[in-house]
Amino acid sequence: MAAAATPSLRIATPYRYRKIKSDLMMSVTIAATIITLIPLFLVLGYLLTKGFASLSWAFFTHMPAPVGEPGGGMANAIVGTIEVVGLACLMGVPVGVGAGLYLAANRSSRFSDWVRFSADVMMGLPSIVVGIFAYAVVVRPFGGFSALAGSVALAVIMVPLVTRTTEEMVALVPPELREASLALGVPQWKTTLAVVARTALSGIATGVILAVARVAGETAPLLFTAFGNRFWSTSLIHPINTLTVQVYTYAISPFADWQRQAWAGALVLTAMVLALELGVRWVTGGAAKAPR
Amino acid sequence: MGHGRGGQSAAIIMAEKLLVKGLNAYFHNVHSLHDVSLNFDENRVTAIIGPSGCGKSTLVRCLNRMHEVVPGARATGEVLLDGENIYDADVDPVQIRRRIGMVFQKPTPFPTMSIEDNVAAGLTLNGVKTSRAERDQLVERSLRQAALWEEVKDRLRRPGASLSGGQQQRLCVARALAVEPEVLLMDEPCSALDPISTARIEELLLELKSAYTIVIVTHNMQQAARCSDMTAFMYTGNLVEFGETKQIFTNPTRRETEDYITGRFG
Repeated sequence: MAAAATPSLRIATPYRYRKIKSDLMMSVTIAATIITLIPLFLVLGYLLTKGFASLSWAFFTHMPAPVGEPGGGMANAIVGTIEVVGLACLMGVPVGVGAGLYLAANRSSRFSDWVRFSADVMMGLPSIVVGIFAYAVVVRPFGGFSALAGSVALAVIMVPLVTRTTEEMVALVPPELREASLALGVPQWKTTLAVVARTALSGIATGVILAVARVAGETAPLLFTAFGNRFWSTSLIHPINTLTVQVYTYAISPFADWQRQAWAGALVLTAMVLALELGVRWVTGGAAKAPR
Repeated sequence: MGHGRGGQSAAIIMAEKLLVKGLNAYFHNVHSLHDVSLNFDENRVTAIIGPSGCGKSTLVRCLNRMHEVVPGARATGEVLLDGENIYDADVDPVQIRRRIGMVFQKPTPFPTMSIEDNVAAGLTLNGVKTSRAERDQLVERSLRQAALWEEVKDRLRRPGASLSGGQQQRLCVARALAVEPEVLLMDEPCSALDPISTARIEELLLELKSAYTIVIVTHNMQQAARCSDMTAFMYTGNLVEFGETKQIFTNPTRRETEDYITGRFG
């Protein structure tokens, strides 16, 4: 090629080189994405094939059957999971959302930094440790395993998750909106709730759902708090059965029948969390998204 | 308009609505307003001009105690609203802001609310109970005042954010007017708008001044010359010159004012 006096607009080689590099990097990221998705689909596929086979109407309506007896279900565990997780929400969500609103309103105080740091540490806390904590502060003083103790353990896990997502979502609300509301003569508390938190609502709801999904799948903190119960119980002060603990018990058992039921339990639990997520997305308006 | 203002009689009386005496404002340790004193008359548009960072926004934000909502911000001095100091210890800033409304630089419709809900927001958020008919009436009147009614009357239930930028800004004007303030502060209300929307807002100012005391911060000197009666020129946190707009633009007494309006700096 002859050397041109002026630089040509068509310098072929470097452009082609850049294009190849770009395509290469793109393929790498696509491959990484696919690898990320593989476990998800394997888990879901396995769950569906194994779980559906053992699922029946009786699974939802019947109590666990004794060993050797065919049939039986997890009615008590399904209700127990709803009760324990629901109660954990009642305790954990208001505290988490409240703390998140506080952190968002006071972003840079020493106290906020400290709270934020504590929340981050708590998120990294192994859940079994939280279970031990609930054992010490609820089970021991009350003299026995209880649904309440399980809920306390789950609430402790939820609080930092809800706090941090609430803070992040509220911080995304433009400060101009807050000022616009204050300038209308709306008091600070009302501005925070009706304008700022309302604008961030779908984001906060997503955070709550993620926290619910996380704790609904927890087994370790329930083992020595809610404990499990082969019988029907909805009492807050008695041991209660939950899907995770029931699945755990059945999965490690030597009986094929119980193992099949464990698959069904895992499927039901997953379906419940998914249904809840879709429901909340629908209620808070379309796909959950960050506020604009 | 409420509070027995407006009408022909009000146009004749040129009462001092807001009187600023020795106002100083600070952000943490930065002294951003130095001993500013001036007055804003009823039924007049007062423009505040000056280069970026001269304290014009800070000044208007001090007029309805919005300055202090930013952490680290405080103000000293007096701002008298009808002779009453809004910085007195027992004055509730919330009450002040209901009497002194504000429109900001960027349009800020509440994204979760429809057009009509945005207009009525000042009432609903303050827990004022209104009948459906009263509310509809208020929404229509405020939107007409803000020259937006004709454009949105068929889609009042649509989200406020679905409007164009200029319409959103007029929606914010309607929202500010719906709480029936006595004073309207506008902090560069046209800086994010195209020329046509800007012209509409300026027409609006001229219509509104018969019923309100209007203070407008602007970067645009033509705008100040076109639509204000009085002009205050600020520079580095000081009020350099304050007088009739005509005089400020044709025969300024201070050298800095002349340099600024002739475009030598700023």
